[in-house]
Amino acid sequence: MLGYLIRRVLAAVPVMGVVALFVFLLLRLTPGDPAAILAGDNATPERLERIRASLGLNEPLIVQFITWVNKLLHGDLGTSLISNLPVMKMIGQRVEPSISIALSTIVLAVIVAVPLGVIAAWKHGTWIDRFVMGLSVLGFSVPVFVVGYVLIEIFAIDLRWVPVQGFRSISNGFGPFFERIILPTCALSFIYIALIARMTRAAMLDVLGEDYVRTARAKGINEVAVMMRHALRNAAVPVITVIGTGFALLISGVVVTESVFNIPGIGRLTVDAVLARDYPVIQAMILLTSLIYVVVNLLIDVAYTLLDPRIRY
Amino acid sequence: MTKLVLDINNLVVSVGKKPKGANIIDGISIQVRERETLCLVGESGSGKSVTSLTTMGLLPKGTLVPTRGSIKLVGEEVLTATDRRLRQLRATQMAMIFQEPMTALNPVVPVGRQIDEVLRAHTDLDAKARKKRILDMMEQVRLPQVERIFASYPHRLSGGQRQRIMIAMALVLEPKLLIADEPTTALDVTTQKQILTLIRDLQRDHGTAVLFITHDMGVVAEIADRVAVMRQGRLVETGPLETVLRNPTMEYTRNLLASVPSLVPRQPREETREPIVLEANELSKIYKERAFFGKGREVVAADKVTLTLRKGRTLGIVGESGSGKSTVARCIVRLIDPTSGGVRLAGREIADISRRLLQPHRQKIQIVFQDPYRSLNPRVTVGESIAEGPINYGVAHPDAMKRARELLELVGLPADAVSRYPHQFSGGQRQRIAIARALALDPDVLVADEAVSALDVSVQAQVLELLDEIQKRLGIAILFITHDLRVAAQICDEVVVMQHGRVVEQGPAAEVLTHPKEAYTKALLDAAPGRNWDFANFRPVAEGVGATA
Repeated sequence: MLGYLIRRVLAAVPVMGVVALFVFLLLRLTPGDPAAILAGDNATPERLERIRASLGLNEPLIVQFITWVNKLLHGDLGTSLISNLPVMKMIGQRVEPSISIALSTIVLAVIVAVPLGVIAAWKHGTWIDRFVMGLSVLGFSVPVFVVGYVLIEIFAIDLRWVPVQGFRSISNGFGPFFERIILPTCALSFIYIALIARMTRAAMLDVLGEDYVRTARAKGINEVAVMMRHALRNAAVPVITVIGTGFALLISGVVVTESVFNIPGIGRLTVDAVLARDYPVIQAMILLTSLIYVVVNLLIDVAYTLLDPRIRY
Repeated sequence: MTKLVLDINNLVVSVGKKPKGANIIDGISIQVRERETLCLVGESGSGKSVTSLTTMGLLPKGTLVPTRGSIKLVGEEVLTATDRRLRQLRATQMAMIFQEPMTALNPVVPVGRQIDEVLRAHTDLDAKARKKRILDMMEQVRLPQVERIFASYPHRLSGGQRQRIMIAMALVLEPKLLIADEPTTALDVTTQKQILTLIRDLQRDHGTAVLFITHDMGVVAEIADRVAVMRQGRLVETGPLETVLRNPTMEYTRNLLASVPSLVPRQPREETREPIVLEANELSKIYKERAFFGKGREVVAADKVTLTLRKGRTLGIVGESGSGKSTVARCIVRLIDPTSGGVRLAGREIADISRRLLQPHRQKIQIVFQDPYRSLNPRVTVGESIAEGPINYGVAHPDAMKRARELLELVGLPADAVSRYPHQFSGGQRQRIAIARALALDPDVLVADEAVSALDVSVQAQVLELLDEIQKRLGIAILFITHDLRVAAQICDEVVVMQHGRVVEQGPAAEVLTHPKEAYTKALLDAAPGRNWDFANFRPVAEGVGATA
């Protein structure tokens, strides 16, 4: 297992290398002078020269790449062209809200969706099943921002249970943190609940037709044990896959949610950077996103081996 | 008189909850006593499995419903029992083992824990006592290294070992009734023999009543005390084993027994001087598993197999699962590429020529697969399926369809079947269609890969007859792959016995199957169930020998 982990982490190195190369070239191979792009339309020649020097654009391409990677490895992601702050610091400030929302969303989605899916499969063909499936169609078809605004209208404006928007760090106490994160989490988890419930139901229905489920029933154990111990564990692999890829896709959902609830997270940071053509920030965000994808994939694969003894690498 | 354990009385099981649903089981009555084995025999669709699932209360809810009659287990009515009571009865009073040991165990739970679950659900024993009891039971089913197997996952165990685990799980609480639903059908003959012996020994030790469901008359002859023959949800005939095998009173039973192919090889045909159409020369197939890092694994699926087949003859390749017989067939047809060695088809070497150069030779060798339910495209009409090959070789569509009609008649189906779809035919009919499809290209060699293994005996007999007739008429050579020695004895001129990818023994069928030289061939023949019975003549083989001598 440890050997496998080491191999997988090593295998991720070339992947990240390719991503880094792509990110590097993104800026260098754009038509025209990168410094001019970075500086914007109304830049003075001195500013242009300063940017050129700071990016090392006067060096050969390969030297530029090595210098850049070397900086990367030392945690230096460059400086924002807009705010002049180190990119690392900017991300560091913004990362907590985004990670909080992403994690709480996925946790809430799994807690709600898996039981829903199991029950729908167990009561296959009954009104419970149809109700869960109807809910899931709704979850798929209503966009995140609509859900968000509806939740704000009901719980923040009409009922006044929670603040309308904003974010408070968990270091300022759990209460303020929780009451501000609950609505974005609910809004964003809607579609994931739909997705995961649907997948769980389908996987469970497959497994419930298997011979070993019949064997389990023939043993005379109760239905809850049949469902949990025999069916769900076998249905877990496809469900985990969906949860994993869902988590990776969350990043785009986070962007919208952060806008709706006015939360200063990395989603907002990315959008602002793209609009302002703040290339160092964009580069850093692409790298970060790919890193998340690679790590999530690794975690999914590890989860497979834990869930299914037949899967060995 | 021993105690009555299972008493099924006038049971009716219907489709759906509506009162007008068709009856799947139509008024059957059977009894099984302590220490007795009742074999429930019948062809597919006869309702034998439904009967057993009804007894266990395991029918799929809402689709099949018992509507009349009663099932009494040691005097207690099962049909009206609550779900809770049924759960209590299962494993303690009645237990069941299933056909597919490969899928009957949960793949993600160690087998020891799966047995343990029975004890946890039905007893108050502590962990230590439970484990002791499980290990003891595992030893009773003759598993080796019980401690290691206890902690193993199912995929680490062989089919035979898994079935032993299933038996251990079923008998650990000493139920009064054991239902065995085709427990050896998926196993190799040598393993089958061991499992049958095991079930009988355990039954003797524990006094269990056994309801044994099978389609195989050979197995019946091995294990039954009494036999109940089922057909289309009705009971045709019941009686003691000897009576049913010797003097079946019903026409259906007689036909069923008469269809069982004899292990005694048919009269050998004369040697021919016909040209050799197919030759395999030191054919090998090695599967290499590549690893991303580290060393790969090699599996030798076929090891230097040499065989020859003359025009108008049938060569059988027999062996157990994993012997490499199908690999050889697929290499010969070039569905997979052999690693080394040669294949000469009608004098032309085809083992290593490119796919493109191979194309004109493909039509000379055609294959019929095992499962007629999956080998025909369900969305294409039968006629188009048959005509596809000739059309690929440049025959005009109307001509190819005309030929398809002729071929369907040749295999005993109506010509107008061309416009129908595969699902409109039974298994036997589909296999006829598959044969017609193979014949459409006028091949020199027909490869039948377990082509009759999925069929009921009566249908199997008809398809074997058809192959024989086609061979006589067209002079085609047949390469017949089978695990069933009875079938091999009835259709092959020569046989090749394979084990672990190697040819163990080869020669004329009459010679190899009656006077085997190699220990493995002897073991195979010895394990063939019901080898002492000559079913078609309603007498033991020994009596037949006495009568003709």
